[in-house]
Amino acid sequence: MEYNWDFATIFLNWRVYWFGLQGTLLMFAVTVTLGMFGGLIIGVLRYLKHPLAAWPARTFVEIFRNTPVLVQIIWFYYAFPILTGIETSPFLAAALGITLNTMAFSAEIYRAGIQSIDKGQWEAGKAIGMNFRQTLWRIIMPVALKRVLPALTNRGIEVFKMSTLASVVAYVETLNQAKLIADLNYNPIESYTAVALIFFVVLFPIVQATYALERVLKRGDE
Amino acid sequence: MTELVRTESLHKQFGELEVLKGIDLSVEAGETVVLLGSSGSGKSTLLRCINFMELPTSGKVYLHGKAVGTETKGQIKYNESHLCSVRTKVGMVFQHFNLFPHMTVLQNIMEGQRTVLKRNAADSKEKSMLQLERVGLTDKAGEYPSRLSGGQKQRVAIARALAMDPDVMLFDEVTSALDPELVGEVLKTMRQLADEGMTMICVTHELGFAYHVANRVLFLNDGTILEEGNPQQILRKPETQRMCEFLEGHSLFKLPD
Repeated sequence: MEYNWDFATIFLNWRVYWFGLQGTLLMFAVTVTLGMFGGLIIGVLRYLKHPLAAWPARTFVEIFRNTPVLVQIIWFYYAFPILTGIETSPFLAAALGITLNTMAFSAEIYRAGIQSIDKGQWEAGKAIGMNFRQTLWRIIMPVALKRVLPALTNRGIEVFKMSTLASVVAYVETLNQAKLIADLNYNPIESYTAVALIFFVVLFPIVQATYALERVLKRGDE
Repeated sequence: MTELVRTESLHKQFGELEVLKGIDLSVEAGETVVLLGSSGSGKSTLLRCINFMELPTSGKVYLHGKAVGTETKGQIKYNESHLCSVRTKVGMVFQHFNLFPHMTVLQNIMEGQRTVLKRNAADSKEKSMLQLERVGLTDKAGEYPSRLSGGQKQRVAIARALAMDPDVMLFDEVTSALDPELVGEVLKTMRQLADEGMTMICVTHELGFAYHVANRVLFLNDGTILEEGNPQQILRKPETQRMCEFLEGHSLFKLPD
């Protein structure tokens, strides 16, 4: 196999990657925030006994958990505008797809967390006169969140990497920029390896930091 | 003497199972009432109906002579926020302590005062320390529950309930989950409360506590009150065969006096 190694163009074009990384980070920040916050609400609704709350939440979760994100992104980009007449930018289409998917998955994580808390905690809150809302947010949630932190971290890592799916609708992010460079310089090995490396370099320290956070939170209780 | 708690033909059904079959109970201020009975007799359910952890299927609960809930066409409706305020007046301590694991001892005791009674931080802290002193645990204020022994946890739970200034305290088998050597410190705290004039209703298997501390003992069997009387009489000379058997089962391994 004849292949001319060309890492030089990668370094020379670092601005192209940097621009892409900014797109990746923006996509991640928006989708992980909205997704995990929205998921919290859906997860709580899912936990409630009231059918008017539980059923719509359940439907939402099932729809977005059982369809591929890639399909959702493409659907929001190509199908949604035809149905509604509302144009969706690459960013909007991708952000919608990833956010909704994240909401669905994290909702299940939150719900599992709430359910894992001993019934006695609900009773103890109730017994000192706290209402459902107070008990949920002051007694149940702090412990549940701590418990599901590893699962949420996992989800966060997924979301970060999922941002590359946005390249399918030509949103400017790291993978999309790498494709640009690979096509111009005929060096797919170098340019795509660079993408993998960038993701690793960004994610690895963050993940280590969450381990540390888990250790800190573990202190004292349980 | 003034009547504090009264139940009137209290029934509780779980599906097909009728756990309480019409309980009439009256507790006066300052009284310590002990509920005895084998498991499944309905004693815990009765206790949990008094602070509405369980809603009675029918019958009424009166606090300070006022019926809880509003009656329309024979059906009693309970308003959740009213039940919350009822529960602040009726303290409860559980078998498994149920302390909040993410809060220190002090925060555990402050929580209800802050969120429910809306007391300010300084007041609730002062009040909490007072209650901690009452149960003899001031030095543990800053500890997390996981660092306490079972007996200490239970005393914190008692302090947490007391901090709400309840009119009556309910104790639901509070020593059943403790190592035998830790039972004493909790019973001592309860006895002290009784001596201070706290109105208490206790479900317990500690016959000694019933004998020495209770003003009145009720023996529940199959959802009804089978016997009732002062402990010295009823524990020495039970009238029914059923209660005799129950007491024998309890004292089988006791050393003779």
